[in-house]
Amino acid sequence: MAFVNMKTKEVQAKIVFYGPGRGGKTSNLEYIYSKFRERIKSEMVSIKTHGDRTLFFDFLPFDIGKIMGYDVKVQLYTVPGQVKYDATRKLVLKGVDGIVFVADSQVEQRKKNVLSLKNLQENLSTYKKSIFKVPLVLQYNKRDLKDVPLLPIEVMDKDLNSQLKVPSFPASAVTGHNVVPTLKKIISATMASLQNVLK
Amino acid sequence: MGSEYDDNASFTDYSLGPEQLEVIEQVLEEDLIESGVHSVMLIDMAGNIIAQHDNGEAQHDLYSLAALASANFAAVDTMAKIVGEEEFSLLFHKGESENIHFSKVNPEYLLITIFGKDVALGLLRLKVAEAIQKINDVW
Ligand SMILES: Nc1nc2c(ncn2[C@@H]2O[C@H](COP(=O)(O)OP(=O)(O)O)[C@@H](O)[C@H]2O)c(=O)[nH]1
Ligand SMILES: [Mg+2]
Repeated sequence: MAFVNMKTKEVQAKIVFYGPGRGGKTSNLEYIYSKFRERIKSEMVSIKTHGDRTLFFDFLPFDIGKIMGYDVKVQLYTVPGQVKYDATRKLVLKGVDGIVFVADSQVEQRKKNVLSLKNLQENLSTYKKSIFKVPLVLQYNKRDLKDVPLLPIEVMDKDLNSQLKVPSFPASAVTGHNVVPTLKKIISATMASLQNVLK
Repeated sequence: MGSEYDDNASFTDYSLGPEQLEVIEQVLEEDLIESGVHSVMLIDMAGNIIAQHDNGEAQHDLYSLAALASANFAAVDTMAKIVGEEEFSLLFHKGESENIHFSKVNPEYLLITIFGKDVALGLLRLKVAEAIQKINDVW
């Protein structure tokens, strides 16, 4: 539900980082914030618990410059990943234009990834949106981990992307590997979906 | 479940043209800023800013405010449903020198006003109600 202001030639689009708790959604935004600090005029907003877990969302407004003559502002959000926060997670999805699903590559998180993706599909359907139609990119995060067993990429593809067939990136939100390419991909997919509006 | 999905659900109603935005901005300025309100925004429920006006002195981070205001409104609205209320009609936060007032314009839009001690809440509510009426006439 991007807002296109024909008068000021400005587009605002909402991109949500979704995925299981502790998968690295907040870390993605923190990396983006540190990387593009000079271009991000506001502070990153985080509504979190004392234990540093996302309670409601993180928010980062990001001015990406001109596309097709419009000044494009993407609003990056994360959801709380913990199962018990489903009500707030649903609220953050309201009006979403593009989604990055951040999966945790650790073998022991395999089931949580699948459940969270299913939860995304259910929550989207309450807004009458299909997971097969919304601009979506998968990120297989924490590829940098050395001391714990990681799921092979092919297994993650099979678990999460065999039906969706969307772009996917092995990444590390801690080292920053593929964080920016993930972001660029979801921005371009989101803008492409708005193309017929931006004439 | 295919037929239950709305293929256009991801798009806002783009029927707000430049002329309509002009009218809305004028309402924000004449009805609210000229009544002493510091800053006013029309936002949608996704947190996008539709129109905005201020007295030239207020320097708030509007994009963050819009994101938080829409989320706050949605959270309070959900709480209302849980306790069996249709909605909580007054959403107002009072501070030492600044206050924030939230008002629903229609199911998709919210009006957020930020004002100081010099504007009485009663007057503000009256002005907001008038502004909302005029904004709704634009659609
Ligand atoms: N090694 C490693 N740790 C990560 C990575 N991404 C996140 N983490 C760690 O995982 C934990 C949870 O990350 P967080 O971003 O809060 O996850 P969220 O719950 O999805 O927001 C934190 O301790 C992060 O430092 C990664 O790519 N590699
Ligand atoms: Mg988080």
